[in-house]
Amino acid sequence: MSRMLERRGLSALTDALYRRPALWLFLLLAPPLLWFGLVYLGSLFALLAQSFFTFDDFTMNVSPVLTLDNYRALLDPANHDVILRTVAMAAAVTLAAAVLAFPLAYYMARYARGWRKGFFYVAVMLPMWASYIVKAYSWTVILAKGGLVYWFYRSFGLSGVVDWLLSLPGIGGDSLSTSTLGRFTVFTYIWLPFMILPIQAALERVPGNLIQAAADLGATPFMAFRTVILPLAFPGVVAGSIFTFSLTLGDYIIPQLFGPSGLFIGTMVYTMQGSIGNMPMAGAFTLVPVLIIAVYLSIAKRLGAFDAL
Amino acid sequence: MRFDRSTADRAPWWLKSLAWAGLGFLHLPIVMIVLYAFNTETSAYSFPLKGFTLHWFSIAFANPDVLAAIGLSIKIALVATLLAMVLGTMAAGALYRGSFFGKEAVTLMLILPIALPGIITGLSLLAAFRLAGVAPGFWTIAVGHATFCVVVVYNNVVARLRRNSMSLIEASMDLGADPWQTFRHIVLPQIATALLAGGILAFALSFDEIIVTTFTAGNEVTLPIWLLNQLTRPRDVPVTNVVAMTVMLLTTLPIIAAWRLTSGTEDIAGSGK
Repeated sequence: MSRMLERRGLSALTDALYRRPALWLFLLLAPPLLWFGLVYLGSLFALLAQSFFTFDDFTMNVSPVLTLDNYRALLDPANHDVILRTVAMAAAVTLAAAVLAFPLAYYMARYARGWRKGFFYVAVMLPMWASYIVKAYSWTVILAKGGLVYWFYRSFGLSGVVDWLLSLPGIGGDSLSTSTLGRFTVFTYIWLPFMILPIQAALERVPGNLIQAAADLGATPFMAFRTVILPLAFPGVVAGSIFTFSLTLGDYIIPQLFGPSGLFIGTMVYTMQGSIGNMPMAGAFTLVPVLIIAVYLSIAKRLGAFDAL
Repeated sequence: MRFDRSTADRAPWWLKSLAWAGLGFLHLPIVMIVLYAFNTETSAYSFPLKGFTLHWFSIAFANPDVLAAIGLSIKIALVATLLAMVLGTMAAGALYRGSFFGKEAVTLMLILPIALPGIITGLSLLAAFRLAGVAPGFWTIAVGHATFCVVVVYNNVVARLRRNSMSLIEASMDLGADPWQTFRHIVLPQIATALLAGGILAFALSFDEIIVTTFTAGNEVTLPIWLLNQLTRPRDVPVTNVVAMTVMLLTTLPIIAAWRLTSGTEDIAGSGK
C-alpha cells in the first residue's frame, strides 16, 4: 500500500483492522462469546455441577457434597412412568401434527399463488407467534363446561360419543379439559405451525418437472405422490418433528393446565425445584430430555432433516 | 415456486378444503379470545356468548396489577431487545463469511438457548444466579431473555449480510470514507430492515416468554406470569379476557410488521421461532 493512501484517526484504525482480519474477527466475536460463555454455558455448567450435589430429605438443604445418588434415582421405576408418559405424548403429538400439517403445507407449496401465497404464509406464522400463554388460555375457554366444544356436541347430539371417548382408558378423563385427549389436542394445536413451515419449505424445493416426468411416464397422481413427492418432502417432516417432539418433551405448563394428574418430565423438574427445593434432582432430571433429544437429532440428521431447515 | 403452472394444475376440492380447515383450526382460539373480550358474562365461559360490552376494557386498564405487569414486560422486552440487537449484529458480522476453527461451535451455541427446552435454560440460569448470590428480579429476567433473543436478530442480519457484497465496503474505504461514513451510508442501509425485523421479533419473543421467566422472575410479575396466575387461580374472568386479547395483539401485530419489512427478500422474518 502506497504512502499516499495512509489515513489518520479512526480511519487509520479501520484500515489497519481491514489488513488484520483475524483481529477484526476477534473484536467482533468477543462480546457475544463472552456473554454466551459466561451467562449461558456458565449456567449450564452450574446446573450440571449442582446435579451432583447432595440433597438432604429431612432438612431440605442442598450441600456441596458430590454424589451420584440423583442419577441413580433417575432409574427408579416411578420415574420411568414419567419419562414414558412424556415420550408417548411427544410421539403422538408429532404424528398428529404431521398428518394435519401435510395437506396444508402441500396446498401452500403446490397450489397457492399470488395473494393467496402471502396470505397463507402469514396466516400460519401468526398463530405460531401469537402468545403461548394466551393460546393455552383460549383452550381453557374452548374446552370449558358450557363452552364452544360442549355447545357443539350437544347441539349435534354427540354427547354419547364424547362420553364414550372420555371413558376410554389411556385417553379419557373426567372432562374434556382434564382428559389426556384434551391435553393432546392443546399440544397438537400449539406446535402445529412448527410442523407446517418446514414441510412447506421442503415441498417448495420439489422441482415441478419431476412431477410432470412422473405423469409423462404413466404414473397416476397417487403414484407420483407416493414415489416422488413424499420421499422428497420427508426431510421436511423430520425437521418439523424435531420441533414438535422436543417442544412437547420440555413443556411443563400445558400438562399442568390440561389433562389428568400424573407428572410429565417438565412438571417433574418444576415441582422438584419449586415446591421441594431439590435443585440437584431437578438438574439431574433435565439430562433426560437432553439425552432423548440428542438421540432424536442424530436419527434426524441421518434422515436428512438438516438440509430441509 | 418451482412447480409449473399449467391449466390442469388446480387443487382438488378435498385438498383445498383440508387446507382451509387447517387454517380455521389454527385461528379458532385467536377468534375466541377476541370474541370473549367483549362478552358480558362475569364468571363462566358459556357459548353462545351472553352479550356485547366494552365495559371490561376500562376496568382492565384501570387495574394497577395489570398496568404494572404491562409496564414491566415492556421494559424487560426493550432491554432484552437492545442487548440482543447489539450482540446478534456483532455475531452476524463475524460469522457471515469465511470460516475459522470453531465457527460451527459458535453458531451452535447461539442456537442452543432456543433449541434446548426452555425449562433447561430457565433452571440453569436459576442455578447460576443462586450460586452467584444474585437475587432474582428485573435484571435476571432481562439477561435470560436477551440470551435467547440473540439468535433471532443474528438469523435475520446474517441472511442479509450474506447477500451483500463486501466490495461495497472496500470501495467506500478506498474512496476515503471514514468508518462512521461507511457504516452510516453503506452498512446500515443494507442491514437496516433486517435489523429492525430481528429486533421486532426479539421484542415479541421476550414480551410473551413464560417458561424461562417463571424460573428467573422471583417475585416479579410479568404480563404472561400474571395470565398464568389467573389460569391456575381464576379470579377475574372478564379482565383476564381483555388482557389475553391485548397480549395477543401485542405479539401478532409486530410479526406482520416484521414480515412486511422483509417480504420480497429471500430471508423472510418470522419463519422460525
